[in-house]
Amino acid sequence: MKELWNIFSKGLVAENPIFILALSLCPALAVTTTVINGLTMGLTVTFVITTNNVVVSIVRNWVNPKVRVPVYITSIATIVTVAQLVLQAYFPELYKALGIYLALVVVFAIILARAEVYASKHGVVKSFADGFGMGCGFTLAMLIISVIRELVGAGTILGMPVFGDGYNPMLMMVLPPGAFILIGYLVAATKTWNKHVEEKKAKEARRMELMKGAES
Amino acid sequence: MAEYLTLFIGAVVVNNFVLTKFLGLCIFFGISKNLSASVGMGMAVTSVMTMSSILAWIVYFFVLQPLGLTFLTTIVFVVLTASFVQLLELIIKKQAPALYNMWGIYLLLIATNCIVLAVPLLNVENSYSLLKSIVFAIGSGLGFALAIILMASLREKLAYADVPKPLEGIGIAFILAGMLSLAFLGFSGML
Repeated sequence: MKELWNIFSKGLVAENPIFILALSLCPALAVTTTVINGLTMGLTVTFVITTNNVVVSIVRNWVNPKVRVPVYITSIATIVTVAQLVLQAYFPELYKALGIYLALVVVFAIILARAEVYASKHGVVKSFADGFGMGCGFTLAMLIISVIRELVGAGTILGMPVFGDGYNPMLMMVLPPGAFILIGYLVAATKTWNKHVEEKKAKEARRMELMKGAES
Repeated sequence: MAEYLTLFIGAVVVNNFVLTKFLGLCIFFGISKNLSASVGMGMAVTSVMTMSSILAWIVYFFVLQPLGLTFLTTIVFVVLTASFVQLLELIIKKQAPALYNMWGIYLLLIATNCIVLAVPLLNVENSYSLLKSIVFAIGSGLGFALAIILMASLREKLAYADVPKPLEGIGIAFILAGMLSLAFLGFSGML
C-alpha cells in the first residue's frame, strides 16, 4: 500500500508533468482561461493516461518491441476518441470550448512517455497508480494556472464574482500573452522552491554529520 | 482571391499558431536557442504540414466521409501523419542524403507533434476546399517559421543579458514569448 502511495504521489509534486517535467504545455496555456475548462481538460487527461497505462501494462508481454510505439499511439487515440464522444454527448458546451485541443490530447508527450517509461515495464496495479498520480499532478497544475488566470483576468472563480463590482479585470491574463508570462513566473517560482528545499536538506545533512563527529 | 489572401494573412499573423494558439510549443522552445536550426525547422514544418494536410484532406473526404466513419478522424489522422513523416524520412534518406543531413533530425521531432496534427483537423472541422486547405497549411507553417525565427534572434541577444537567477533558461524564454504574443495581438484588428 505504502509503495503504491509513493508511486501515486510522485506525480503530484516531485515529478509534476507541467512544472517539473515541462511536458504537454500547449493545453496548459490554451484552455486555462477559465477554471471549468482547465478542470475538464485535467480530468480528461487523467482518464486517458490512467486507462492507457492499464492497457499498455496488460498487453506489454504480447507486443513486439519493434512496433510498440505505433501500438501505444493507436491505443491512446482510441481512448481519446472515447473521451471525445462522451464529452460531446453529455457536455456539448465544454466540448465546444475545448475544441481542437481535446483531439490533440493524442499527441501529449506525457501520455506516451508514461506508457514507454513506466507501464511497459510494470504490472497493472502499479501502472494504474502511476498514471493516476501523473494525471492528478497534471490536473493540479491546470487548476493552479486556471484559478490565477480567471481570478486576475476576469475577477471570478467558476463564473462567480469574487472581488465585487469595484474590481477592474486585467484582461491580458485571459489573453494569450498573460498565459506565457504567468507560466514563465510559475516555472521560476518552482525552480526557486526546489532550490530552497535542496539547500535545507543539504544543511540538515551537514548538521547531522557535525553532530555525529562531535559524538565520536 | 481576396478570400484566400485573408485566410493566408490570418494564418500567418492574426491567428499565429505558436503565439496565439499555443501549438508546437515544445519545438518552439526547444529549437529556438539556435537561429540556423530555427530556419531549418520552420521550413521542415511548413513542407510537412502542407503535404500531410493534402493527404488528410483526400482521406477524409474520399474515404471517411462516404463510409460514415468520421468518428475515427482522430485515430486515422494520428496514424496517417506519423507514418507519413516516417515515410518521408526514409525517402529523403535514400534519395537526397544531403537534404537528410540538413533536415532529417527535424523530421523525427515533428513526427507526432500537435502542430502537424492540428492543421489537418482544423481543415476538416471548417470544411475547407482542397485549395483552401493548402493555403491554410502554408500560411500556418510560415506563421510558425516567423515566430520561431523571431524568437531565435531574440534569444541569441538574450545570451548576453543579465537575467535574474530564477528566471534563467526556460523562464525568461516564456516571458519573451509573452511579449512577442502581446505584439502579435496588435494584428488582431486587421481582419
